[in-house]
Amino acid sequence: MSKVSKRFYLYFLMASILIAGVLSFYASSSPDGLEKVAEDKGFLETAKDSALSESPLSDYGVAGIEDDRLSVGLSGVIGVFVTALVAFGVFALAKRMNRGATN
Amino acid sequence: MFTPKLHIPDGFINLPISALFGLLSIAFVALALKGAAKTLDDRTTPLAGLTAVFIFAAQMINFPVAAGTSGHLVGAALATALVGPYSATLALTVVLGVQALLFADGGLTALGLNVFNLSVIAVWVSHFAIIFFKRVLPKTKTSVAFAAGAAAFLSVPIAATGFSIQYALGGTGTIDAATVATAMLGTHFLIGIGEALITFLTVSSVIGTRSDLVFGWQEKLEIKS
Repeated sequence: MSKVSKRFYLYFLMASILIAGVLSFYASSSPDGLEKVAEDKGFLETAKDSALSESPLSDYGVAGIEDDRLSVGLSGVIGVFVTALVAFGVFALAKRMNRGATN
Repeated sequence: MFTPKLHIPDGFINLPISALFGLLSIAFVALALKGAAKTLDDRTTPLAGLTAVFIFAAQMINFPVAAGTSGHLVGAALATALVGPYSATLALTVVLGVQALLFADGGLTALGLNVFNLSVIAVWVSHFAIIFFKRVLPKTKTSVAFAAGAAAFLSVPIAATGFSIQYALGGTGTIDAATVATAMLGTHFLIGIGEALITFLTVSSVIGTRSDLVFGWQEKLEIKS
């Protein structure tokens, strides 16, 4: 990969870390479109907790960290790296299928 | 402070309909894996991965749209413009999978519903909208970003209608489906404006620096108009 490309991808990654790790703390805490409709139209109570709702990162916080800013920021950064790992795995797999198809 | 539920939770839609959309989603994701294989090369693969990362991050930013309501990026048009529809489906699916499995955001039985609305409906609506807008606009980089923004605006209320259809088929709530559909359209029309702005700005900045990597710019060479 060229130096220019490396720098471009690094900026892209840094922007994502900044958004998930720092800016996320300032996000609106109002319900999103779907949750608001469910609330207004009276079917919000039909929601069930996910089977994973007790997991250590549930609801974008790190279990055991009291400080909200740190908790949400850290969960965001963890999410960025896990997403990167899974996504690069999936796209590497897709690319390998390409090689298999053209041979 | 970010404490949201971004996606359909378990319970809104009954299990048979959730399972049906789960199967449909598996089929579309398999097709996307096959399709993406044809478009990915050593140069474009990193952008596809980073697009998923950026969408994960950007979805954490809920922006206010009306009193007591927020919206957040879906990212389907953004991903489609940058890496094409097949890789966009895969990127969105990875994001939804991480959110459901790691952050308990979006239900587990509801994962197929969410994947169908965002990774399939929103992506393919965006793809055809981008093709349409690129045909009617001058062949410039700004046009590609504008086409992506316009596609983003359309994709959000249409994906929201995906939920309304799922609710009509298998909603567990007692309120009638038409009322839900109208309310979903109304709020998501507003969210679509935010989606369009974020998409336009992001695609503009990527296409301004590395247009050689952008599917929506490179691919235009192949479209005969």
